[in-house]
Amino acid sequence: MNFDIAEFMPALPEIFVLTMACIVLLVDVCLDQERRVITYVMSQATLVGAALLTVALHTGGRTVVFSGTFVSDPMGDVLKVFIYLVSAMALLYSRQYLIDRQLFKGEYFLLALFAVLGMMVLVSAHSLLTIYLGLELMSLSLYAMVAVDRDNEIATEAAMKYFVLGALASGMLLYGMSMIYGVTATLNLAEVASYNAGILGNEIVMIFGLAFVMVGLAFKLGAVPFHMWVPDVYHGAPTTVTLFIGTAPKIAAFAMLMRLLVEGLGGFYVQWHDMLVVLAVLSIVAGNVIAIAQTNIKRMLAYSTIAHVGFMLLGVLTGSEGGYAAAMFYIIVYALMAAGAFGMVVLLSRAGYEADRIEDFKGLNDRSPWYAFMMLILMLATAGVPPFLGFWAKLSVLQAVVEAGMLWLAVVAVLFSVVGAFYYLRIVKLMYFDKADDHTPITAGIDMRVTLSANGLAILGLGLFPGALMALCASALL
Amino acid sequence: MLSDWPILSLVIWLPIAGGVLTLLAGRGGDGPAVRPIALVFAIATFIASIPLYTLFDTATYRMQFTEQVPWITTFSINYQLGVDGISVPLILLTTFFTVLVVIAGWEVIKYKAAQYMAAFLIMEGLMNGVFASLDAVLFYVFWEAMLVPMFLIIGIWGGHRRVYAAIKFFLYTFLGSVLLLVAILYLYFESGSFSLLDFHDVRLERVPQILIFLGFLVAFAVKVPMWPVHTWLPDAHVEAPTGGSVILAAIMLKMGAYGFVRFMLPITPDASSELDWLIILLSLIAVVYIALVALAQEDMKKLIAYSSISHMGFVTLGFFVVFSIFERNHEVAGAAMGVEGGLVQMISHGFVSGALFLCVGVMYDRLHSRQISDYGGVVNTMPVFASFFVLFALANVGLPGTSGFVGEFMVIMSAFKANFWYALLAGSTLVLGAAYTLWMVKRVVFGDIANDGVRELTDLNGRETFVLGSLAIAVLLLGVWPAPLVNLMHSSVAHLLEQAVASKL
Repeated sequence: MNFDIAEFMPALPEIFVLTMACIVLLVDVCLDQERRVITYVMSQATLVGAALLTVALHTGGRTVVFSGTFVSDPMGDVLKVFIYLVSAMALLYSRQYLIDRQLFKGEYFLLALFAVLGMMVLVSAHSLLTIYLGLELMSLSLYAMVAVDRDNEIATEAAMKYFVLGALASGMLLYGMSMIYGVTATLNLAEVASYNAGILGNEIVMIFGLAFVMVGLAFKLGAVPFHMWVPDVYHGAPTTVTLFIGTAPKIAAFAMLMRLLVEGLGGFYVQWHDMLVVLAVLSIVAGNVIAIAQTNIKRMLAYSTIAHVGFMLLGVLTGSEGGYAAAMFYIIVYALMAAGAFGMVVLLSRAGYEADRIEDFKGLNDRSPWYAFMMLILMLATAGVPPFLGFWAKLSVLQAVVEAGMLWLAVVAVLFSVVGAFYYLRIVKLMYFDKADDHTPITAGIDMRVTLSANGLAILGLGLFPGALMALCASALL
Repeated sequence: MLSDWPILSLVIWLPIAGGVLTLLAGRGGDGPAVRPIALVFAIATFIASIPLYTLFDTATYRMQFTEQVPWITTFSINYQLGVDGISVPLILLTTFFTVLVVIAGWEVIKYKAAQYMAAFLIMEGLMNGVFASLDAVLFYVFWEAMLVPMFLIIGIWGGHRRVYAAIKFFLYTFLGSVLLLVAILYLYFESGSFSLLDFHDVRLERVPQILIFLGFLVAFAVKVPMWPVHTWLPDAHVEAPTGGSVILAAIMLKMGAYGFVRFMLPITPDASSELDWLIILLSLIAVVYIALVALAQEDMKKLIAYSSISHMGFVTLGFFVVFSIFERNHEVAGAAMGVEGGLVQMISHGFVSGALFLCVGVMYDRLHSRQISDYGGVVNTMPVFASFFVLFALANVGLPGTSGFVGEFMVIMSAFKANFWYALLAGSTLVLGAAYTLWMVKRVVFGDIANDGVRELTDLNGRETFVLGSLAIAVLLLGVWPAPLVNLMHSSVAHLLEQAVASKL
C-alpha cells in the first residue's frame, strides 16, 4: 500500500491529538505533583490546537482517505469541534474538583485525551473496522476514567458494570458487523451501502446483522431497553467523569449512528426506522417517568439523558436531511446543557462533600442568586421551555417528525416532555422556594465561575438567536 | 415621525431591560434603587404604549405598527410584530396594570424585592410580546416564557401551599401549550411559513382542521380557563401574592381568549363552526355552575377566582355564538356584537378582577387573612376603602354605568339572537353574580365590627388610594363611555368575522 502524503492531511487533527497525548504522557512522568498543572494546561492546549487544525482544514467537501476507511466531511468537522469544546469544558470544570479529592493526576487527562481521540476516529470512520476501533479506544478510556478514584467502592463498582456491559455491547456490535461483512464482503461503508441485498439475496442475514448493530448502538447511546448501565455509571463515577461521559461521547455516538445506519445501511431504512421508533418511544417514556423518582441529581440527569437520547432518535428516524440536521442540533445542544448542569453539581461540591442529592440545591437563590439563575436557565432549557436553547432543539426535531407525517410520535414526545418538565421544575422549586439547610459559601476558581456563567448565558443567548447554530447543522449535512 | 418608531419592540424590550437593571441594582436581593428603577421602567413602558392608541388607524383591519426582521432563516421564522384593534387594548391593559402592581408591591414586598419587581417587568415584556406577535413561533416563545416569571412569583412570594399551586400552574399550562406547538408545526408543514397571517389563509381539510382546533382548544381553554380544566386557577390565585393574582386575573386569562380570536376562529373556521356547540356548552357550564361554586366559597380570593372563570365563560360564549347568529340571518354585522361584547368583557373584567384582587390584598396586608369570616363591619374603620370595594363589587355584578355592564349586555343581546336558551342561561349570571359578590360584600364590609382585628384597621394610605382610584376611574369611564374601545375594535372584528364565516374546505 502506498500512502500519498496528501492522504494524511484530512487526518491531521487525529494525528496531532495522538502525538500530543504521547508527549503529555512523557512530560507527565517527569512532573512532580506541584507542577501537575502543566499536564492540565497541555491537555487543554491539545484540544485548542486540534480545534484550530480542524477549522483550518475544513474544506466543506468530503474526502475519503486511507483506502476508504477514513472520511473527512463537514458533519465530522462540526461534531469534532463540539467534542473539543465540551471536553475542554469538562476538563476545566474538573480541575478544582480533582485537586480537592487528590485525583489531580496525569492519567485523568491522558485518558480524556485518548477518549477524545477515540471519538474523533469514530466521527470520521468510514469503515466498520474504523468504527469499532474508535469506539473501543473511546470506551476503554472511559471505563478507566470511571475507576480513576480506585479506592471508592461505588466508583469501582460502576466501572465494572460499565466495562462488562460495554464489552457485551461491543460484542453485539461486532457480531452484527461480522454478519454484514459476511454478506457484503466489505468493511467499507460506501460499499456496504451500495450492496443491493434485495437483488443479491441474503437480505435476512443483513437484517440480522442490522439488529445486532442496533443493539450495540442502543447500548452505547443508552436507549431503553439497553439503558441499565446509564444511571449506575452516572451515579457511581466521580461527578466530573460523569460530566465527561454525559456530553462528548454522546456527540460521538450520534456520529456512529449516522455513519452506520444512514451512510452504511441506508438501504434498510424501513427496518431500522421501526426499531428506532420503539427505542425512541421507550426511551422518552421510561426516561422521563423514572427520572421523577430519583433523589440523586446524577441519577436524575442520567434518566434525563435517556429521555433526550430518545428525542434525538426521533430526528434520525424521520430519514430526512432535515431530521438528521435536527438530531445533530439536538445532540450538540444537549451536550452543552448537560455540561452546564453537571458543572453546577461540581460547583456545589467541595472537598469531602459531594453535592449530588437534589436537596443540595435547596435555597440556592439565597446562597447565590447568580448561580441559581444559571441553574434555572439550564433546567428550563433542558425541559424545553422557550426562549432557552433546549426549546429550539425540541422544535427542530418535532418539526422534522411532523413533516415526516408521524404526528402521533410528536404528540407522545411532547406529552412526555411535560412529564419531564416536572423534575426539572423540582430543582427550580428547591432553589427558589425552599430555605437552604447548608449555608457554606460557594467558592470556585475564576476559571470555573467564568466558564459556568458563560455556559449558562450561552444557553440563553443561543436561545434568543439559535439561527446560526441551526444553519451550521443544516449545512453540515448537505 | 413617532409612528415610525418600533413601538412594539419598545413595549416588549423596555420592561425586560428594566427587569435586568432592577436585578443588577438589587444584586438579586434588595436595595434602595430597586423600587424607583422598577417604577420608572413601568411608567416609561406605559407611556411608550400610549401611541399605540393615539396613532391607531381605526379605519383598517390590517395589522399596524408592523415590524419584521428575519430571525431563524432555516425555518423561515421571523421576528414579526403587529397589532390590530383586538390586541391594542390588551397591550394597554398590560402596561397599565404593571405600573399598578409595582406600586402595590412597594412596601409590601420585603423578601428579595429586586427579583419580585424584575419578575413583573420581564413578564410584562413577555405578555406584550404575546399580544404583538404575528409569527406563530415567536408567539409560542413568549407564551411559554411568560410562565417562568409567574411560576417564580407564585412559588417565592405566595402563601402556604405556594409550591403545589406553582407547580400545578406551570404543568397545567405547559401541558396545554405543547399541543399548540404540534398544531403550529402542522400548520407550518401545510403553509410553508410560520406567519399567523399565512396561517389565516391556508386551506385545510375537515379532519386536520378539527384536530388543529382541538389542539388549540386544549391550549387556550386551560389558559382562559374553561370548565373542566379550570382547577389550577383557584389554587394559583389563592396562593399567589396580590400582584401575581392581579396580573393572572387581569392579563393572563385574557391570553387564552385572545388565542381563540387570533388562532381558532380565523385558522379553523369550519371546525369552529362545527364544534361551536362544544364551546358554548362549556361556556354555559362555566357561567352557571362555576357561579354556584363561587357562592359556596369561604375565601375571598377563591371567590373572586371562581367569579373570574364564570365571567370568562361570557367571553368565550360571545365569541362562539356568532356561528348560530350567522346561520340565522347571514349577515356579519349582527354577529359582530357577540365578539365585540366578548372583547369588551375581557378588558372590563381585567380592570374589575384586578381591582378586586387589589382590594383583597389591601385587607390581607393588614389582617393576614383572606377568610370572609375573619372580617365584618370593615366600613366602620375603612370607609374610603369600603366605597372602592363596593364600587368594584357592583362592577363585577354588571351594574349599568360600570364597565361590567357593557360587555355582559352585548353578549346577552347576541346570545338572544342565537338561541333563547343560551341567553336565558347566560342571563342567570346577573342573579348569581349579584348573589355571590354582594353576599361577600355584605359579610365583609357591612354589619357590626366583627372582631378586634377589624377594629384596629387603618384606612387606605395614599399609595393604595392612588392604585384603587385609578382603577375606579377606568371602570366608570369604560362603563359610561365605551365607544372609544368599541371603535378601536370595529374594523378588526368585522374582518375577523369575515374570516370566521368563510369556509376553508
